[in-house]
Amino acid sequence: MSVKLPIFMDNHSTTPVDPRVLADMLPYFTEKFGNAASRSHSFGWAAEEAVDYARERIAHLIGAQSEKEIVFTSGATESDNLALKGAFEFYKDKGNHIITCVTEHKAILDTCKRLEKDGAEVTYLPVDKTGRVDPDDVRKAIGPKTILVSIMLANNEIGTVHPIEEIGKITRERGIVFHSDAVQGIGKIDFDVQKMNIDLASITAHKMYGPKGVGALYVRRSKPRVRLIAQMDGGGHERGNRSGTLNVPGIVGFGKAAAIMIEEGKAESARMVALRERLRQRIQDRVEETYINGSIEHRLPGNLNLSFNFVEGEGMMMAIKDVAVSSGSACTSSSLEPSYVLRALGVGDELAHSSIRFGLGRFNTEEEVDYVADLVTSKVKALRDMSPLWEMHKEGIDLKTVQWSAH
Amino acid sequence: MAYSEKVIEHAEHPRNVGTLDKDDPNVGTGLVGAPACGDVMRLQIRVNDQGVIEDAKFKTFGCGSAIASSSLATEWIKGKSVDEAEKIKNVDIVQELNLPPVKIHCSVLAEDAIKSAIADFRKKKEARAAAK
Repeated sequence: MSVKLPIFMDNHSTTPVDPRVLADMLPYFTEKFGNAASRSHSFGWAAEEAVDYARERIAHLIGAQSEKEIVFTSGATESDNLALKGAFEFYKDKGNHIITCVTEHKAILDTCKRLEKDGAEVTYLPVDKTGRVDPDDVRKAIGPKTILVSIMLANNEIGTVHPIEEIGKITRERGIVFHSDAVQGIGKIDFDVQKMNIDLASITAHKMYGPKGVGALYVRRSKPRVRLIAQMDGGGHERGNRSGTLNVPGIVGFGKAAAIMIEEGKAESARMVALRERLRQRIQDRVEETYINGSIEHRLPGNLNLSFNFVEGEGMMMAIKDVAVSSGSACTSSSLEPSYVLRALGVGDELAHSSIRFGLGRFNTEEEVDYVADLVTSKVKALRDMSPLWEMHKEGIDLKTVQWSAH
Repeated sequence: MAYSEKVIEHAEHPRNVGTLDKDDPNVGTGLVGAPACGDVMRLQIRVNDQGVIEDAKFKTFGCGSAIASSSLATEWIKGKSVDEAEKIKNVDIVQELNLPPVKIHCSVLAEDAIKSAIADFRKKKEARAAAK
């Protein structure tokens, strides 16, 4: 086996910078180090030009009508905060009701919690057992005071893709601002702010082979024009939406990453689906009692979230420690609760503790997939041989009838 | 979170994994934890006529620290009298394995498993004495 260890299969957490992206960025640290806001000399002009070029590329990737609709931020968490807090503050005279969903990223959920303290009323829509929001639920939740709907493009844990286009039709009809945290899906699945009637969209570079620390918020400027109250005060950068000196090298890298996605995204996604299916089949054909979390049909290309019944997720991660993955097990978080996303799907706590998320990306190979599938297969068997639950299951004991001592 | 070397060593080479006959009168079985909480330990002891634990086995569903805690527990109690084994405290396990605060519950579970196995053994013994 010629694979190099450790293997990175956690591409939902972050991705490595593509060498082509890095090459474009480097001059902007040293020779072209100007401040894009410096209007009085060539250093500033060069930086501003590079930023505007990146803006155009990113606008193109998401189907924005103008590069002026791209507001650079420090990343998607900031974009989510700016979108929700900024829109709430601007539209609060119109109403105070926000609609989102239970499986959103914490950057959305915790921002909503903060807004509730400031007088917002938030509806957290449920999801079906594959993790999808029903557009009809959105329609029904809309009331006279609804000002904002925020539903992510694709979930970071289970890879489920939401019916964004259908939701966008509803919000547009009702004249409600529609935000989508699109970080996981950008460049990988269909995403077009025009076609999907999206008004605000959060994106980030480091999930698409760009650098960390740079993201953007798409803010619609026409039909309808969407307004925000800035959350960062200062020099009035980004048309007053986000003050702060621009991260020029980061933005240049973001732009290049977007350009690569425009060129190669479709072919790459097809390759990811093939790799993911290879991984899934090679595991599921050989390991019984494994369950897929999320939707089969509406799924991010590189996402495979599997529960290995009777094997605890963190124990599993340790057993395959040369492979970087993540788990919905409680043990991986500081709380002792298993993943709130898996719980929202109605996955039992036992299976939530047993989940492993594989995130395939641009630099994973077929050899790596085969190596990981073999390793997982043998380790699940070893851990089950060590699992009292597996033994009980094999003896025909229904674990649900056992009186467990909670602790 | 980084694991201590001892946790990794035990998790990769667990001692005394296995099953003793739970119907053997000299075997005590402790089953603690819950699948919904993410860890379940089963610890078994076989006690000889002198009251010494001559064999101990475990099976654990849980994270690496839970596996290591139960592996260490079986190692420690083997060769000890039941009374001595009962004195093992979770803090001893925490210290030996360098468990971080979020993993202390693993050591608590291992202590509970020892106590529960001993209690089961004593119950069986008393039941036999009463039957005589």
